[in-house]
Amino acid sequence: MTDNRSNANRRFPWPAQVGLLMAVLVPLCLVPFFATEHIVSILIMMMLYAYLGSCWNILGGYSGYLPFGNGAFYGIGAYTSSLLFIKAGVTPWLGMWLGAVLSSLLALFIGLISFRFRLKGVLFAFITIAFAEICLQVAANVESFGGNIGVLIPLKGNHYSVYQSTNKAFFYYIILIMLAMIVLLTRLIEKNKIGVYLVAIREEERAAEALGVHSNRYKLYAFMMSGFFTALGGTFYAQYFMYIDPGLMFGFGASLEPVLRTIIGGAGTVWGPVIGSVVLEVLSEVTRSLFGEISGLHLAIYGLILILSCIYIPQGLATAITNLLKFPFLRKMEPF
Amino acid sequence: MSSSIIISSFINGLTVGSIYALIALGLTLIFGIMKIINFAHGSLLMLGMYCSFWLFELFHLDPYLSIFINIPLLFAMGVLIQKLVINPVMAAPHYIQILVTVGLMLFLENVALMVFTRDLRSVIVIYQQWVFSWGSINIGFTRLAATILALILAALLFLMLKFTKFGKAIRATSQNKTGASLVGIPVQWIYLLTFGIGTACVGAAGAMLIPYYTLDPHIGLSFVLIAFITVVMGGLESFGGVFISGIVIGVAESLGALFMPGSMKMVVVFTIFILVILFSPLKNIKEQG
Repeated sequence: MTDNRSNANRRFPWPAQVGLLMAVLVPLCLVPFFATEHIVSILIMMMLYAYLGSCWNILGGYSGYLPFGNGAFYGIGAYTSSLLFIKAGVTPWLGMWLGAVLSSLLALFIGLISFRFRLKGVLFAFITIAFAEICLQVAANVESFGGNIGVLIPLKGNHYSVYQSTNKAFFYYIILIMLAMIVLLTRLIEKNKIGVYLVAIREEERAAEALGVHSNRYKLYAFMMSGFFTALGGTFYAQYFMYIDPGLMFGFGASLEPVLRTIIGGAGTVWGPVIGSVVLEVLSEVTRSLFGEISGLHLAIYGLILILSCIYIPQGLATAITNLLKFPFLRKMEPF
Repeated sequence: MSSSIIISSFINGLTVGSIYALIALGLTLIFGIMKIINFAHGSLLMLGMYCSFWLFELFHLDPYLSIFINIPLLFAMGVLIQKLVINPVMAAPHYIQILVTVGLMLFLENVALMVFTRDLRSVIVIYQQWVFSWGSINIGFTRLAATILALILAALLFLMLKFTKFGKAIRATSQNKTGASLVGIPVQWIYLLTFGIGTACVGAAGAMLIPYYTLDPHIGLSFVLIAFITVVMGGLESFGGVFISGIVIGVAESLGALFMPGSMKMVVVFTIFILVILFSPLKNIKEQG
């Protein structure tokens, strides 16, 4: 594996990689100046899901533990910042950090109990779903959280200081920066020992522990990071749409959508969530323009794609492209 | 709160619980043989309920009679799903197996949403009003009938597993795949048939639920979660254990509804769920997990 990697680096020296990145980033920065509002909003959703998928990927992709309840963090982020804004007038720019801290504390709690009891696979997946469902019921039943109706965030006009704008470009740049940050973070994780440890845990946890990896500690770090950044995404959603309700934020759909995109793009790769998100967003736009708004259609197609990709390309698109084109940029991290 | 209300809701819990148990039996049968937790189990239940609903709506077939159509139909569907979706990933890593059934759930649920729309559906039959009263305790006929039918079907399933040659082959496969194929059991066929039987269980349960349950395409997830708790709590090999834990969950949910406002009863169920997963003595499901 090591040989392969150095070969790849020789063929793609770092200036080429940086150049390639710039070739993607610069046009992306200029998009709001010439694209229509519709295209900008599609790109915003694409990047939001790529961002959420990347958050999920930190634990789900690298360590092989599948949290299916990231909706809990997403919702806590959205609810904390919005309720603080409405009830106490705190700007969401501050509130989002509190939501993120709360989320990572919840992740710490879920992680502590489930790793302490050595839950794996399905059991871990189910326990995270259960926590998300509990959050959903609490949000739906407590009146001061808005109940089933949800929370409507009052518009204060074009005040950037309260995370609001009627101009979509504002949100476009925020999510672009967030996405760039999380991709960078994922890359850092991959380059550092935590990434190696997580992959070792995914491949053979007991062997990793025997070699001295504190597996629980690194899983917890990954889960808390995942929760922290997912919550920031929740605040972004709340401010962008200015309306949240329990089902939207905490529901199973909210947890699942980023996971799907990541898996189809390639879990455990830096660019997998981004590729998956682009592919699925384009696909759902195409189906929408071909068949109109039929509720359920695009999710049914996602389900079909998920089944097919599990059967035929279980390693995800990013790795499939890498193998096809010998393109090292999208490589899945392997144990050494 | 008077004691008769508590007793009534306790008995309601018992009746719901026996349906949960039947659904969980299907799940545990599939898990026992293939070591796969089928996330789509609840969605198949939803399809079973739609099947009964449309049979009633279009042909005025009594929901309880539609059991005889549901069972073979869902059996065939299960066999098909095993062949097309589950079999190709039998050797794949565990997370792929989880994701494939999640994909299946998503597919079935949203196809149902497209075809049957989001409308809430329920059937109207004469015996919905029948109530058995004993003192101040009331039980609806539909619930009682569902319980009795669930008990009968569970007993039949149990007898089949215990006393027929086919049942023996299933048990052998669940204990040791390689050993079973060495003594000449066609393991691939056992996979197909068990998945079919597991799915047929929810077909039957769907027909029993439709007289008193409002149906929409999204009910699958909560049922699969409940079935999963039941399985973890009851134990995999233990048929009786699964049945008893189904009833315990039903009662907990029903009593939770008494003391908690609105849909907060699910908080009780999920809390039990988390505790059960954490403290389950079942090492084998943990290691499989």
